[in-house]
Amino acid sequence: MAKITFITTDNESITLEGTSGSVMQLAVDNDIPGIDGDCGGVCSCATCHVHVKPEDMEKTGAASEIENDMLELDDNVNEYSRLCCQLEISDALDGVVLQVAERD
Amino acid sequence: MEKSKLSDPFENARLEKGFGEMNDQNDPVTMLLRLKDVRKGAHNWKAFKSGAEPGRIVVPSEVNIRDVRQIPFEVDPPEHKSYRDLVEPWFKRPLEEAYKQKLTGQINEIVDEMLDKESVEVVSDFSLRLQSRALTLLLNTPYEEAETWIGWGTHVFRSEGEALDGDKANILYDYIDDQIDKAITTPGDDLYSKLVTSEVNGKKLTKEEVKGVMILTFAGGRDTVINAVTNSIAYFAEHPESLQRIKNEPEITGKAVEELIRYFAPLTHMGRVVTKDTQVCEHAVKADSRISLCWASANRDASVFENPNEIVLDRKLNPHVSFGFGTHNCLGATHARQIMKILLETLANKVKSIDILDFEENIEDLDQFERKVGYENIHVKFNSY
Repeated sequence: MAKITFITTDNESITLEGTSGSVMQLAVDNDIPGIDGDCGGVCSCATCHVHVKPEDMEKTGAASEIENDMLELDDNVNEYSRLCCQLEISDALDGVVLQVAERD
Repeated sequence: MEKSKLSDPFENARLEKGFGEMNDQNDPVTMLLRLKDVRKGAHNWKAFKSGAEPGRIVVPSEVNIRDVRQIPFEVDPPEHKSYRDLVEPWFKRPLEEAYKQKLTGQINEIVDEMLDKESVEVVSDFSLRLQSRALTLLLNTPYEEAETWIGWGTHVFRSEGEALDGDKANILYDYIDDQIDKAITTPGDDLYSKLVTSEVNGKKLTKEEVKGVMILTFAGGRDTVINAVTNSIAYFAEHPESLQRIKNEPEITGKAVEELIRYFAPLTHMGRVVTKDTQVCEHAVKADSRISLCWASANRDASVFENPNEIVLDRKLNPHVSFGFGTHNCLGATHARQIMKILLETLANKVKSIDILDFEENIEDLDQFERKVGYENIHVKFNSY
């Protein structure tokens, strides 16, 4: 069980609990605004972009090369960017805070 | 296992040079073939614009058969955003439960109808009809309208197998004009009515702009969806184990849809017009010349995709560009994905196997390359459980 907090682009804070699956799916299932997950989580659409709270980067780890290739063409990318379809929910993610990125 | 195969004609050029060259009606095109270059090209709308002469970014060029600007497709930022924001929520309706249920009903019905036949010509008897009926949901028009669109046949812009045909295109344009006029006189709940009553930047959309959105909706989702559906049937005919797997593991359906769409790349490429002298792959391209973003080639880029020429049904990392990339990514993608998802679920539950009886491939002539995009016709038999 992991508690995951999303901060929307309107600065609303929403905390959800999940046990498995991707963080993107958890967000989509709970209608977190700004997380669409159009491609269902195969790293093709970049509609699940979040900025991980800097101190939580240790828990999420860094993006893979394929993920970075997607992110580098996003105008709102920064060093804390992840596509949350690539974050698998596990106890290790408990407590992470994710800021939903603005859209281009 | 060869009949459903779509080979990759771009491999050598992609590896050796990274680009291809195609003459199209004396308006040549430099085709970008590598995934990274295609993505960067799509992202860089300042250097490679869409807001050119209407029809010019399409390959083969439609400048001789179309004056109307397709919207938001042939508009660049910043103007693009207002149009896209206007239509985006409408094109996300396929995610709504009621929409899914109606689409499921349509697809169940047409698959059931195919099950008892000795022979089905998939392109015209199945894919065209399925696509046209599903479009009534996207437009929110009466189901019966589909019969008109089915009557146009598979080639709205072409005579049988031939080059672009202005007279045939006019059938669609005249039809859309009529529908817009009806929506102005008696607005209802359909897309035409939504558009004629909408404003962008404080100004009502003009008839020309409404027409531009509607032409895009009809043209963009026709051959592409027909090819995706037809190619899926051919693939499952040769891979009954894949159908069985989706039945046993329905949770992979979403990944299977993305993988089939990657492999089929129903739209081979899309053009842009170069705004200033620049280079692609160390090759000079001049201002006002054309490049194209070759989605079909990018999707087989072995530097990104393992075993790119195989369909790996549950491929986990699949950054394909079949729906384009960036600003102009496919407006109809949500609808297309929903069609494919429901089609796969329905086939897996109702169809035990499919036999291919005979077929004729649809091969695109890209000058230096020839690419199979689907079938002119393919006769099959659907076998039920």
